[in-house]
Amino acid sequence: MTDAVLIENLDFSYKRSNIQLISSLNLKINKGDRFGLFGPNGAGKTTLMNLMTGLITYTSGSIQLFGNEIKNNRNKIKKLLGFVPQDFSFYHELSPVENMEFFGAWAGLDKKRIKEKTDELLSILSLNHVRNTAVKNFSGGMKRRVNLAIAVMHEPEILFLDEPTVGVDIQVRYAIMDYLKSLNKKGTTLVYTSHQLKEAEDLCNTVAMIDEGKIIIHDNLHNLLKDHQQNGLEGLYLNLTGRAYRD
Amino acid sequence: MFKLWITILKDLRILTRDRIGLALMFIMPIVLAIVIASVQNSTFELVNENKIPLLLYNEDNQEVSLTLEDALNKVGMFNIHKPGDIKNSAALKSMVNTKSALVAIDIPPHYSDLILKNANNVSRKALKDLDLPVDSTISYPDSITAITIYYHPVLQESFRKSIDGGLQSALQAVQSKYIVKSLYHHINNENIPDSLENQIVVNQTPVRTIAVSKNQELGIPNATQHNIPAWTIFAMFFIVISLGSSVVREKLNGSIIRLRTLPTHFGIAIISKQLTYILVTFLQAAVIFSIGRWLFPSMGLPALNVPNDIGALIIVTIICGWCAASFAICVGVFANTQEQANGFGAVSIVLMAAIGGLLVPSFAMPASFKYIIQLSPLHWCLEAYYGLFLEGGKLKDILSNIIPLLTITLLLQILSLFGLKRKNLI
Repeated sequence: MTDAVLIENLDFSYKRSNIQLISSLNLKINKGDRFGLFGPNGAGKTTLMNLMTGLITYTSGSIQLFGNEIKNNRNKIKKLLGFVPQDFSFYHELSPVENMEFFGAWAGLDKKRIKEKTDELLSILSLNHVRNTAVKNFSGGMKRRVNLAIAVMHEPEILFLDEPTVGVDIQVRYAIMDYLKSLNKKGTTLVYTSHQLKEAEDLCNTVAMIDEGKIIIHDNLHNLLKDHQQNGLEGLYLNLTGRAYRD
Repeated sequence: MFKLWITILKDLRILTRDRIGLALMFIMPIVLAIVIASVQNSTFELVNENKIPLLLYNEDNQEVSLTLEDALNKVGMFNIHKPGDIKNSAALKSMVNTKSALVAIDIPPHYSDLILKNANNVSRKALKDLDLPVDSTISYPDSITAITIYYHPVLQESFRKSIDGGLQSALQAVQSKYIVKSLYHHINNENIPDSLENQIVVNQTPVRTIAVSKNQELGIPNATQHNIPAWTIFAMFFIVISLGSSVVREKLNGSIIRLRTLPTHFGIAIISKQLTYILVTFLQAAVIFSIGRWLFPSMGLPALNVPNDIGALIIVTIICGWCAASFAICVGVFANTQEQANGFGAVSIVLMAAIGGLLVPSFAMPASFKYIIQLSPLHWCLEAYYGLFLEGGKLKDILSNIIPLLTITLLLQILSLFGLKRKNLI
């Protein structure tokens, strides 16, 4: 099976900083996985996400997406990935249709395809009735759905999700989770990070925990819970990272 | 091209939904242009057409002081009032103090006697120097008591100097007249004929006033011709409030993060913003020029004379707009908050307008500003516009202004790219 993500001996620290944020990290995410990355605040989750999406550049080690080294194939890997940032990353003055028109064009879609995907996604995510309303007037849940819709317009091979359901009600959470599972069934690899561990248990089939820039465990969720004699991800998390403040 | 067009469309949509931003970009400069042109036009008229109201208290009321009054009238810049209720200098001073008048002249008692005595003595001295017969010895008169001018402190120095100049000119004419009369009388024992007196005393050299322009069809520049280009440039550069904030907002709301994960170069976003705001600045110029051309005459203001070389006007407007957009993007790239972008943007535009000659003419600035002026892109924009609007030049005549403007624009572009790179945004 082709690896969706293959990270080998990755080190990372910001310029002019002595703090090693990622240290000798190795990680493999299989194609079609629903992969969850967890860890305390400051453990290196966001840094690792940014490295995998090409937002920051590494100098030591290797990160490959579907066999393509990221730093040498930036344009190619940008076509393969979708990213749902934790912040609302769209234009609040524009409507969902206008946002999707703009980001769809930037994702390389033509006019016809943009219209097809816009209609399809707004319908799936129940945003059709507000398709021409400025997003600034939306509730938090509706904004989260717009944030997700924009990221999947170009049908990426791999979708990175940073806290995709933070601040939404239970109905929206279930709707987003159901949609992500349906995407995964169609072949999209999911790389997900969140502090919602119950939600993660429901979504993820493979889990890794990161602490102090290192992967401390990585396996199938079922195996991990069995090996560590835990009933849920929360217990496993506390068992491995402790109860002390970490930020 | 599809990506660029969609990006421009996105920028235009965001821009047109920001009503306050639009008001700042269009209504404010129009109001500014109308107000400043009106104010400066009345100043032009005050100096060139209207007369300065002047209170006169003549404590002498004899031949010479009455002649001086007549001479002051002939200078043409004063509207003389002689209120009957003024009984002394203190009352005159008090009227100035209470702003009943901004300028007053007090002619002292016995002024005529002293001037006549002085003229008599000067003529006798002249005759003695020429070895012509003259009465016994020359007795020098008492020193002439000063004529006092009272100014209200609000009167600007340029006005005071104009008034001083007008008074000096009248005094010179009166004193010369009486010296010539006295001299003639001593030589010929009769009064000088009026025609000869006029030929000697009154200036015989005509003065013509011609505005030097490359296009001989242009008339004398007026307040509109000076103000409209200046405030159009000011308006163009004030897009920094809208565009600078827009760049900061995009950085802060995270959309730039998503854009960086998409397979399109971020340069498209920068080019789109520049094209969008060049269009905005072009529209600003078109609106303000149209108001100057067609609305100003109906408001009693002089109409704007549009240059003959319309092509050059369009090119200069586009280059000025490009420079303004480049400056605004640069501010937006380096600012961390919208408050920083707005504060720095607004203050820097006012400063660059001040050193660029928009608020005070560059020729009137201290010599130490000679090099600093050249750092202001607004200065080069203004010089390019003046080359077209006031001098009637063509594109080749203003290349020396366009080249520095393009150089500043390119430097701003490089600085913005450096800032984007440094902040890991491209």
